Amino acid sequence: MTFLDYAPAPESASILNLKSEYGLFINGDFVPGKGESFTSISPATEQQITTVSCASEADVDTAVVAARRAYERTWSKLSGADRGKYLFRIARLVQERSRELAVAESLDNGKPIKESRDVDIPLVAAWFFYYAGWADKLDYAGLGPAPRSLGVAAQVIPWNFPLLMLAWKIAPALAAGNTVVLKPAETTPLTALLFAEILQQADLPPGVVNIITGAGATGSALVNHPDVNKVAFTGSTAVGREIARSTAGTAKKLTLELGGKGANIVFDDAPIDQAIEGIVNGIFFNQGQVCCAGSRLLVQESVHDEVVDRLKERLSTLRVGDPLDKNTDVGAINSASQLGRMRELSDIGEQEGATRWSPACTLPDKGFWFPPTVFTNVSTSHRIARDEIFGPVLSVLTFRTPAEAIAKANNTPYGLSAGIWTDKGSRILAVADKLRAGVVWANTFNKFDPASPFGGYKESGYGREGGRHGLAAYLAPAAVSSRGSSRSSSASSVKALRGGTK
Amino acid sequence: MSRLAVPKTYKLYIGGKFVRSESGRVYEVSSRKGGFMANAAKASRKDARDAVVAARAAVSGWSGTTGYNRGQVLYRIAEILDGRRAQFVEEIAASEGVSASAAAAQVDEAIDLWVWYAGWADKYVQVAGNANAVSGPYFNISVPEPTGVVAVVAPQGSASLLGFVRAVAPVLVSGNAVVVIASEQAPLAALSLGEVLATSDVPAGVINVLSGSPAEIAPWLASHADVNALDLLGAGDLDWVDLQIAAAETLKRVLPPESGPDAGAASIDRITFFTETKTVWHTKGLL
Repeated sequence: MTFLDYAPAPESASILNLKSEYGLFINGDFVPGKGESFTSISPATEQQITTVSCASEADVDTAVVAARRAYERTWSKLSGADRGKYLFRIARLVQERSRELAVAESLDNGKPIKESRDVDIPLVAAWFFYYAGWADKLDYAGLGPAPRSLGVAAQVIPWNFPLLMLAWKIAPALAAGNTVVLKPAETTPLTALLFAEILQQADLPPGVVNIITGAGATGSALVNHPDVNKVAFTGSTAVGREIARSTAGTAKKLTLELGGKGANIVFDDAPIDQAIEGIVNGIFFNQGQVCCAGSRLLVQESVHDEVVDRLKERLSTLRVGDPLDKNTDVGAINSASQLGRMRELSDIGEQEGATRWSPACTLPDKGFWFPPTVFTNVSTSHRIARDEIFGPVLSVLTFRTPAEAIAKANNTPYGLSAGIWTDKGSRILAVADKLRAGVVWANTFNKFDPASPFGGYKESGYGREGGRHGLAAYLAPAAVSSRGSSRSSSASSVKALRGGTK
Repeated sequence: MSRLAVPKTYKLYIGGKFVRSESGRVYEVSSRKGGFMANAAKASRKDARDAVVAARAAVSGWSGTTGYNRGQVLYRIAEILDGRRAQFVEEIAASEGVSASAAAAQVDEAIDLWVWYAGWADKYVQVAGNANAVSGPYFNISVPEPTGVVAVVAPQGSASLLGFVRAVAPVLVSGNAVVVIASEQAPLAALSLGEVLATSDVPAGVINVLSGSPAEIAPWLASHADVNALDLLGAGDLDWVDLQIAAAETLKRVLPPESGPDAGAASIDRITFFTETKTVWHTKGLL
């Protein structure tokens, strides 16, 4: 046994008390869906976890009707203080059941337990706790006195941070006084369904949050339902574009959190040890299945060889394997289709002339796995420097001057995240000013906090989640009617939409 | 014997220059009473694209100026416009068929609106941004920044100068560059405003004014990949939903049309809509 070998230390899935079948969570109860049920599998073993209902168009309608009724009869009549108390309750219940949620998340998504345990679930609780306190303080949200809720929010979330994305969506929506119909991703519905049980424990009034499972058709029916007032989507730019088209001309307020191709810029005076950790965290956190991943490493030419050598050395120590093992650094890829995309784009990277490298690592036989991969000799025109791979694949490019670094970093239709590594504070601020990205991390990467707004420039979407800005996405200024503005595109309702921007 | 007047040729204003449409096309602009006023240039797709190129080239310089500087330039527009008040009153009275006093009131309101927005240039960041108290050793701040190139369909109805200023002024405050389609029927005040802009220290390309058919030009701007945002304020009579659908291809930020006397009324929302919030995290040392 060398010092890098560890005895397995798996979390036991026996902490989970899962049902063999889950219905749709509508109006406070689990009900069977009218669509064809599907199974959720563990991407690490391909074993079935549970069977999940699929919401048909009629189910979507039932859920929206429940949310509308709860909005009009209950939630919009509740005081902000009471809405806040429900959210505080939810935050506490998430904390109490955090171990169970972490195991379920790693089982269903494939992410290492140390990430779900130390990042995802603690942030979920923090998100609810943060927005709970806003519920009775909306006058201070920056939209003038007595801002109003919008009504029913349709929310569609991705599979990379299943419960965290749910928290990002539901917490501000409820704090602002809206009711919710949320659809988790079809490959990762498990924690959302456990969350529905938490809502029952919290005694949240029926219909305030409805969780419906299904695939793209369910999501499409939800965002295009005529009686929703707000659409919030996190996912691919292609689907975001489709939603922007289909909601055009309606008064639905839209926020989109889409793809990215983040640049992580390392200057020659950077603290190299920290930078190496930051690069690893930037692209191998959550197997690189992160919209704000630092997937393009821009290294100043003079330190390129040193950085790449030390990066390879570091990657050789990463442990790839069982997501439930507490020693695991890199877990399973979420689905076969995602794995296929990583393989395809990596092959294209080689064909286009970049140099591919992965550390020696044994991948399990069953499940979906992709080794940490670094491409050097990458040029800006390569597909692996332009397309979002959404996997543990890093493309390394070089630059000589800060101006070149900025030009290369901004040379993408995306604009979600960027990183800067240098010891020089004035350079950080100057470069940060020039980067066209919604989140810039200086001498750190992939940090998230409920108080910190997150969201993209350009084709990475619009609107912000987190902080005061994230709250504004679910509010309209006073004296704007939200009800009745959902179906028409008359001048007055359009004005309601405009009044609520940002 | 009265003196023979010297009428002006009304041209497009692109990249700081007054140019005819590359298409060579013009259309007749009439007074409310039907009399001939001018042959305005009828901008083409190529003119719109040239305007976007000029606007893109102007973004980094204009957005790179300080808020204090931009505020002074916008205030300068008010100063110069005030000096040309009589010309605008006459132009508006003729083309809109309103009384001289109504035209004068419109010009005054437009001047005051420039002053109001000028004052925001070094303040909106404080109002729309903030420091964030995150749970960790990080300095974290969110600031709004200009979105980039904004295409605007100016109001098409009455108040040809005021409507134009209501649409354009707020977009400029944060440092965006603008391509704007003026009122089709009453473009002269907007085109004359170009002369004010040209002499107000507004850098070339920051505002580009097109006259012609919004129905013809707007789709090219809505689908243009180098336009970041679209203000459909005056597009109510166009197939504006189609414009919004075209804009979705590159996920442009879109403001829908407004109507009525308050359309585009002064608001900080019109400034912040055309900004992006950037959040910067910086590590704090552990002492």
